[in-house]
Amino acid sequence: MSDYDFEQWTCPIPLRDSPHVVLGHGGGGKLSAELVEHLFLPAFNNQALSQLGDSAVVEASGRLALSTDSFVVQPRFFPGGNIGELAVYGTVNDVSMSGAVPKFMAVSFILEEGLPIRELGVIVESMARAAERAGVAIVTGDTKVVDKGHGDGVFITTTGIGVIPEGIEIGPDRIRPGDKAILSGTVGDHGMAIMSVREGLGFEAPILSDTAPLNHLIETLLAERIEVRALRDPTRGGLAATLNELAQSSRVGILIDEKAVPIRRAVDSACEMLGMDPFQVANEGKFVALVASSDAEKAVSVLRGFELGENAVVIGEAVSEHPGMVVAKTAIGSSRVVDTQVGEQLPRIC
Amino acid sequence: MKYLEEFRDPILARRLLDEITGTVTRPWVMMEVCGGQTHSIIRNGIDRLLPPEVELVHGPGCPVCVTPLDTIDRALSIASRPEVIFCSFGDMLRVPGSAKDLFRVKSEGGDVRIVYSPLDAVDLARKNPNREVVFFAIGFETTAPANAMAVFLAKQQGIANFSMIVSHVLVPPAIEAICSSPTTRVQAFLAAGHVCSVMGYSEYLPLAARFHIPIVVTGFEPLDVLEGIRKAVLQLESGRGEVENAYPRAVTREGNLEAQKLLKEVFVVSDRNWRGIGTIPNSGWELAEDYRDFDASYRFDVTQIKTIESSVCRSGEVLQGLIKPNECLAFGKECTPRNPLGATMVSSEGACAAYYNYGRFLDSETAKG
Repeated sequence: MSDYDFEQWTCPIPLRDSPHVVLGHGGGGKLSAELVEHLFLPAFNNQALSQLGDSAVVEASGRLALSTDSFVVQPRFFPGGNIGELAVYGTVNDVSMSGAVPKFMAVSFILEEGLPIRELGVIVESMARAAERAGVAIVTGDTKVVDKGHGDGVFITTTGIGVIPEGIEIGPDRIRPGDKAILSGTVGDHGMAIMSVREGLGFEAPILSDTAPLNHLIETLLAERIEVRALRDPTRGGLAATLNELAQSSRVGILIDEKAVPIRRAVDSACEMLGMDPFQVANEGKFVALVASSDAEKAVSVLRGFELGENAVVIGEAVSEHPGMVVAKTAIGSSRVVDTQVGEQLPRIC
Repeated sequence: MKYLEEFRDPILARRLLDEITGTVTRPWVMMEVCGGQTHSIIRNGIDRLLPPEVELVHGPGCPVCVTPLDTIDRALSIASRPEVIFCSFGDMLRVPGSAKDLFRVKSEGGDVRIVYSPLDAVDLARKNPNREVVFFAIGFETTAPANAMAVFLAKQQGIANFSMIVSHVLVPPAIEAICSSPTTRVQAFLAAGHVCSVMGYSEYLPLAARFHIPIVVTGFEPLDVLEGIRKAVLQLESGRGEVENAYPRAVTREGNLEAQKLLKEVFVVSDRNWRGIGTIPNSGWELAEDYRDFDASYRFDVTQIKTIESSVCRSGEVLQGLIKPNECLAFGKECTPRNPLGATMVSSEGACAAYYNYGRFLDSETAKG
């Protein structure tokens, strides 16, 4: 199912004494200290963290962007990623959507008694790699352990801080009719990857989660002086919810071309089979950018220079008609409203 | 998977539409029977592209929508029992019973699980011998073979802790009831392609002949639906009333004979109450005598639960094609997907939900404003 080799994870000696997380690992005593010293410190390795103060002290100036998110995904290891990477990239991306450069991160773990230490080790090490890839430092954290049966293995909360470069103003209130909507890649990958393993649906072609850091793409767009009006990453609720949020908070209409939205064939087929709408399926490595019409072409070409943006494309534009609403031109040339779903998407009967 | 883009081609769609427009000389009303077709029509905006003479009304073919309220209340009662693992297809979870839905039962501690196949429920029963596993077997002829197979295997393998609430409905008696109704406006039917892939289409021949009405077996992709409409319009304009197959890549005259054999073994035809419509004679299936032990309604003794429908909800008239969803006073006001009064607002196949989700609600608001 996953590429993770738990057998290969080399566990520092003191942690070997207890192969599973016990209540004492969250008790603030020696067991807690061992976890910090032999697992978190070597993995996250930075000056601010190694001070081990009650709070981390960091340097930053200017306007700051702050975001927090909790991660409870099941299964913890899925095709294309795990809960650790997801927790780092999720917050990195949220911070980036205000145009900020993510710098520092706080991480809080809630562990369930009995979790294999080895599994925690693999998660922590992937978080370290993810943080390095995104260029953020994990500078402070906390660990609590709950009784067996009172958690679901691992819950992770991450909080990120980013610095907004001078002169950057990004927000839906800046969207104007005529602006182009750019999508950075295919939609539906993460949600369907999780679904395929959670529900034991054996699709022929494996679908991989798209979990990835988007900050380098955003930084480059801004460095290239693209007139970016608004940014949002279509996680839960998918592209449909994101476009609706943008339309509603900017009071413009958004018109998209359904056929322009890139969807992997395997994702499209899986959605079709289950009666789900790929526009409403979660993504973890994509964003929608509303940019000035004159810059749209350049923005797409900048994004396509990145592997993470190779499928970037203009999917539509802001319009003065139907303010607050998203309308799609359908494949056969008609139109429909794209609404936000009420709760979870439910697979259809037939 | 192929067969997606090919059947959404805008140039071919335009060609079919031109042919329909060129053929039609006066107004016709046709009903797409299946909720999957309603969904496709509204999602792709097919109805907006048709000439004004062709009116589509939406039929009763949404299994979630026609499942009677008391069946849902029985299911909720069973699902609340501590010994039960209650398995259902996903879109049944949000359908309101008289007091709550399956999501609510789940939040109150009921063990309610979404499955993708009834065979998964049989598997759960095998793995949990100390629990009672109950599957909510609803649907038309399309889902029936898999449900029949689940009971058949449970009996064959002696899995006694498995049972089903069976609420199966059949399309031909519903078409017959609509044709016989004095208030009907329907002049042609687009029959449900996937039902026919199981049952074939020979059972529609006597109906077409008796009521002299076109019945066109129709698929679900935009081009399939347009081709079904084209064939129906051609028949109506030339005064014919025949059965035609516009979905030959999935449907044969005989259907799936193996599946039919199994259905005959496991189910018997019975009268069935359709939510919002009423009882239609011989329009459902229940478990045959030999399989009665697997009937959860008897096993858990819930057959005495009877419930009365909300009087505000007009889903019955929607399901019979008498009104459009947005003609109901509650539509988009008291009744929304978040707070559905009737099942047609819940399932993505329900006509009311399709209208709401794809903006027919907003259309009517804009028109007024």
